[in-house]
Amino acid sequence: MQQSGKKQALIREYAQLVRRLTPKSQLGLGCLRAFWVGGAICLLGQWIAEAAQRWLSLPLSAAQTAASITLVFLTALLTGIGVFDRIARYAGAGTVVPITGFANAMVSPAMEFKPEGWVLGTGARLFTIAGPVLVYGIASSVIVGILYYFIRW
Amino acid sequence: MRTGRSTLVFEHRPRILSSAAVTGPKEGRGPLGRDFDLVLDDPAFGEKSFEQAERKMFQTACEICLKKAKKPAEKVQALLGGDLENQIMAASLSARALEIPFLGLYGACSTMAESLILGSILTDGGFADPVLCAAGSHYATAERQYRFPLEYGNQRTPAAQWTVTGAGACLLSQTGRGLARAVSACVGRVVDLGISDVNNMGAAMAPAAADTLLRFFADTGTAPRDYDRVISGDLGGVGSHLLKEMMRKEGQPLTDEMYLDCGLCIFDGRDDVHAGASGCGCSAAVLSALILPKLRSGKWKRVLFMATGALLSPTSAQQGETIPGVAHVICLEGE
Repeated sequence: MQQSGKKQALIREYAQLVRRLTPKSQLGLGCLRAFWVGGAICLLGQWIAEAAQRWLSLPLSAAQTAASITLVFLTALLTGIGVFDRIARYAGAGTVVPITGFANAMVSPAMEFKPEGWVLGTGARLFTIAGPVLVYGIASSVIVGILYYFIRW
Repeated sequence: MRTGRSTLVFEHRPRILSSAAVTGPKEGRGPLGRDFDLVLDDPAFGEKSFEQAERKMFQTACEICLKKAKKPAEKVQALLGGDLENQIMAASLSARALEIPFLGLYGACSTMAESLILGSILTDGGFADPVLCAAGSHYATAERQYRFPLEYGNQRTPAAQWTVTGAGACLLSQTGRGLARAVSACVGRVVDLGISDVNNMGAAMAPAAADTLLRFFADTGTAPRDYDRVISGDLGGVGSHLLKEMMRKEGQPLTDEMYLDCGLCIFDGRDDVHAGASGCGCSAAVLSALILPKLRSGKWKRVLFMATGALLSPTSAQQGETIPGVAHVICLEGE
């Protein structure tokens, strides 16, 4: 859209007004909440891994996998019964960054699109949120893998 | 009849014979809870999907409205309405069931004012009588379409608004005893001052609201103080603040006593709604539950009802287009 100078000045002026009158997110409080909830989730994961090593006599790598699986299951369960989004609303990045965020990003569209059927609903829309993370996560790991092959340090 | 550049004056001043509002449980817990005709216990309204619930809510609002006016659906000559779903399905499916000649409207959250204006034109011109005007929205269907799955854990920004689960309807006619009468109206221009933040709809719509109000005041030679209330649809906390600021700069200040935003009437602020309520159902439900009763009782004699809409789609927003706003105003008076 071609805009005259006058219109552009109006847009700039309005943007300033909007910036002034729009309340800001509480960054400090948000960080604090994300830190303690995210930390608590990681601590829980650590406990699960250590418990699996001690009582199930799993080797370290298997115990770590057991921790991931358990956290994914718990998140899926909490998402299914409609509790997880409330925790996430409080915790923000605290629940998004650990593996719980990934589990929630898979389960919530699966539930959301079920009325459109298993194939064109849940099946087709399952990756609407997690998809980009997978695409770019896998793509970047391939690039890093190739680099690592040639440049070993 | 036209007055000024863009204002319509209704010669016969069509009457609003009856109105109805149906809302979800969260809206029912708010300050207007007791004034809605029906508050659902279950946001799914006993249906299999939220889309079907939205359709049923729209249809139920129409049916209650007709029942209150004691008019059967067969007698109604036109249904004007819309909602926020893709291809306004809730309105179309309701029209299928009601079997009333139907003009589907899309004006985003401005739909209730748009339908009232067009309905008044049809009634005033003698083209249709009575005319049913309705609008509705549903939190769950709007979230899925514009944002994220319901159970997805994300945080809302302080400027974000909460789509109302609700529908409202009004029946217009030239004859009978009305709750209020439609006097004049001004159709809004689409105004865009470059806001692209989809979480700040109030800021996207406020310039359109100011534009419509200023044109209406200029055309009619009136000012905000000539009305008991100037009521906006769903500007929310941020948008109303911006509107007041812009009107003050233009020399037509809206004081707190004379100005009201429907988006700030529905929830009481405890329920994670941040900047307030939004959606077609917001202004439609408040019109029926608060504005028309006040006009009928004579507490308010003359008000401006202005619903505001953000005319974006998920595609336009993702392609980086800014958010165009629109606002339509209709002047309502007591009998």
